[in-house]
Amino acid sequence: MSSTIDNGVNVQALLDARGVLEGAPEAAKFQWRASSKWQHGVHSTTSIQNYFGLGEEQSHKTETVFDADHPETFAAPDGGITPIEYLLVGLASCLTAGIASVAQNRGIQLRSVESTVEGNHDIRGILGADPDVRNGFDDIKVTFKIDADATQQEIEALVAQSQKRSAVFDALSNPTEIAVEVA
Amino acid sequence: MLERGEVANSWRRERWASLRLLTPNWQSRLPGGLGYAGADPDGYMASGEVVELIDRFASHVGAPVRARTNVISVRADDDGYVVRTRDAELRSRAVVIASGACNLPVVPAFADAVPPDVSQLTPFDYRDPADLADGGVLVVGASATGVQLAAEISRSGRPVVLSVGEHVRLPRTYRDRDVLWWMESSGVWDQRYDEVDDLTRARGLPSPQLVGTPSRDTLDLNALTSMGVELVGRWASVRDRMALFSGGLRNVCALSDLKLERLLDLFDEWARVGGLDGEVGELQRYGQTQVPVSPRLQLDLRSGEIRTIVWATGYRPDYRWLEVPVLDRKGRLRHDGGVVDSPGLYALGLPVLRRRKSTFICGIEDDAREVIEHLAGHLHTSASVGQR
Repeated sequence: MSSTIDNGVNVQALLDARGVLEGAPEAAKFQWRASSKWQHGVHSTTSIQNYFGLGEEQSHKTETVFDADHPETFAAPDGGITPIEYLLVGLASCLTAGIASVAQNRGIQLRSVESTVEGNHDIRGILGADPDVRNGFDDIKVTFKIDADATQQEIEALVAQSQKRSAVFDALSNPTEIAVEVA
Repeated sequence: MLERGEVANSWRRERWASLRLLTPNWQSRLPGGLGYAGADPDGYMASGEVVELIDRFASHVGAPVRARTNVISVRADDDGYVVRTRDAELRSRAVVIASGACNLPVVPAFADAVPPDVSQLTPFDYRDPADLADGGVLVVGASATGVQLAAEISRSGRPVVLSVGEHVRLPRTYRDRDVLWWMESSGVWDQRYDEVDDLTRARGLPSPQLVGTPSRDTLDLNALTSMGVELVGRWASVRDRMALFSGGLRNVCALSDLKLERLLDLFDEWARVGGLDGEVGELQRYGQTQVPVSPRLQLDLRSGEIRTIVWATGYRPDYRWLEVPVLDRKGRLRHDGGVVDSPGLYALGLPVLRRRKSTFICGIEDDAREVIEHLAGHLHTSASVGQR
């Protein structure tokens, strides 16, 4: 583990946390939260500030508010990105963060990491135009362009390891139980 | 020595008809210079031949074996341990647990949600493809067992779907030598448990995708795809009688391909440094694992497409008889290289117990010598101190 490379990730803190949490599963139980308000039409705002973790209530430094809307192709005013585009944000940022962390852990100096995400989506599903078409993505493709002090094989291994430990990759590629209730 | 069945019981009772060792015969060395004595050193022994070998070893060693003696419980007392069997209670100053890591098949909890008219088998139940209903078979797990059963069931004419999670890809031969010759000779198999980066991961690895056949074919996912086996991702859950598979198949294949390449690089470097390049064949690399363009993410278990599920999802040890508090939160034995976390208690034959080769026939000797040395030391110390 080279101490001269720096991708800005405090890997030691993560490794320490892993060590502690191996024996303390309750502390490892986080809950991420969002609060959402309908505005008008298909426009809503979602705020995120608080979450739960390490056994107590936690808070981001500031509240972040996200607008979601639909564009003109959906006969809407385009006051924000679509809900499904937020998933692309999640996936790209999760994989990127993973690449930086794994690179730090493996002593690989990154110079640049860029990605494009393409989510193919047949909207007949959500429009109810064809019951055989699913509502979600048909498939997603992520293409990374990475400049680093490493061989092609090492870079591919970074990307593979990032997926292996990615929260959003798992959330999108595997089933998740979702309960929606009315209070 | 207490044995619940006969010597070499698992080989006699707990595997399928066509099973052969993954390791070439010349590699099956046991202490005392015993080993394979047949005419095909580069071949792969069938279960019956393994039984014969172990029987021969048992005669040679002449250890007092009490067969058909099931251990009901082991607990600690002041001088050591009390071992209860149906007919006796044995007091012993030391105990070696050699019951292995494969006592019970592991089956995911969602197996309960599979419709009852789909048969479910584990490797303990499976003997031969002819015993299966006609129709589709879903094999779950791409370990050695998984790929072997997928191949033989596919050859029986039944459509096979193979659910693939993380797996270990290996060619059968590399540069004209058995891949396990490389593992042993290059020293990979001698890597010690205290030198392995991620020991928990290493101990949990599935068996590599190898099969022992006279033609020494490689049985990786590409070979299965050529046979017509359909690959799907790791089986994640059952919802409304639909089997749901992971959309991450591409990455688990990429991970295996990358690991294989690193291993082959290591072999090549070892051969080069050791001046062996002239003695082995040309460098080889194998194509990427081909993943279906759009692997199926779900399968309707009520449609009749699948008549049988074979769970090749691994095994776990059975420690229900062990009444000494030496298990961790996940039911695994707490040990340091086979020295269990209770004085006078030891284990042998667990994955990467002391070395990567610990669970192979040729790997037991070194482990046994070291563990028994510790045991002998314990007996000597506790005798002179007069207590446990």
